[in-house]
Amino acid sequence: MMEIGLNHYLVLSTILFAIGLVGVMRRKNLLLLFFATEILLNAVNVAFAAISHYYGDLTGQMFAFFVIAIAASEVAVGLGLLIVWYKRHGSIDLDALTTMKG
Amino acid sequence: MFEAVAFYLFAFLTIAMFFIVVTTSQALFALSALAAGMIFISAFFFILGADFLGAVQIIVYTGAVMALYAFGMMFFDTTRDVKEKQGNKYIIVGLSTLAAVLVVVIFAMPMVSGNIVALYPGIDGVGNTQEIGLVLFTKYLIPFELAAIMLLVAMVAGIVLAGKKMDLSITLMNEAEIEEEKNKKVLS
Repeated sequence: MMEIGLNHYLVLSTILFAIGLVGVMRRKNLLLLFFATEILLNAVNVAFAAISHYYGDLTGQMFAFFVIAIAASEVAVGLGLLIVWYKRHGSIDLDALTTMKG
Repeated sequence: MFEAVAFYLFAFLTIAMFFIVVTTSQALFALSALAAGMIFISAFFFILGADFLGAVQIIVYTGAVMALYAFGMMFFDTTRDVKEKQGNKYIIVGLSTLAAVLVVVIFAMPMVSGNIVALYPGIDGVGNTQEIGLVLFTKYLIPFELAAIMLLVAMVAGIVLAGKKMDLSITLMNEAEIEEEKNKKVLS
């Protein structure tokens, strides 16, 4: 077994980020789009923590904390908006949001 | 050796879980797989020596965010299958990979140019949690307070948006009152 280095973590982060982007592009349900954005944020957090560890710098971990705080507030506001939208239209698909079609 | 085994195991598990999240047609499966993936991600933080970050990941993501999603899903009709966007699969996968590689290149640029300097190096003789506290409450105090204000604003927004008509109980109203409520607009 070879030693696990920074590159391993960056490759893992790339794979997770790609999975999240595929989710963002192919999902129509807004709730599942939110799940995909959580995957994106987590992928970046892994990269931050790995760089923080291998360079002996705490800044990466600090940024990961702020990313987590932003994710938490995004969920609170986003879910509130989704609930209001669902009460009005009975659906949270992206198709229902195209009301400005000319 | 041990680290390598742990890394590959958790890498496989995380990728599998997140793959389920983006491919399954059941919203409940996606929710459970996402919660499991978040826990597996925290294992990487523990491997990397960021103990506090790992604990925060479990508490905030799995404890708060996923619980919030679970409660939110009770408002939506999640029993039916999720419709998918019909697009060119190769274009989607190609664009995603390209964008992900771009992100890693952005991360790797300072290392390639070699001018990376540890701004806040770890302090000898103290644990990770104490280091985090020392840096967070000296150099990052203002962002920390701003994050607190942002969370407060998000909480107020969540209550205002989702809490409309929460004081009404359908079981306690008679038919006429329910009809009257139905005719009103939800957002007034």
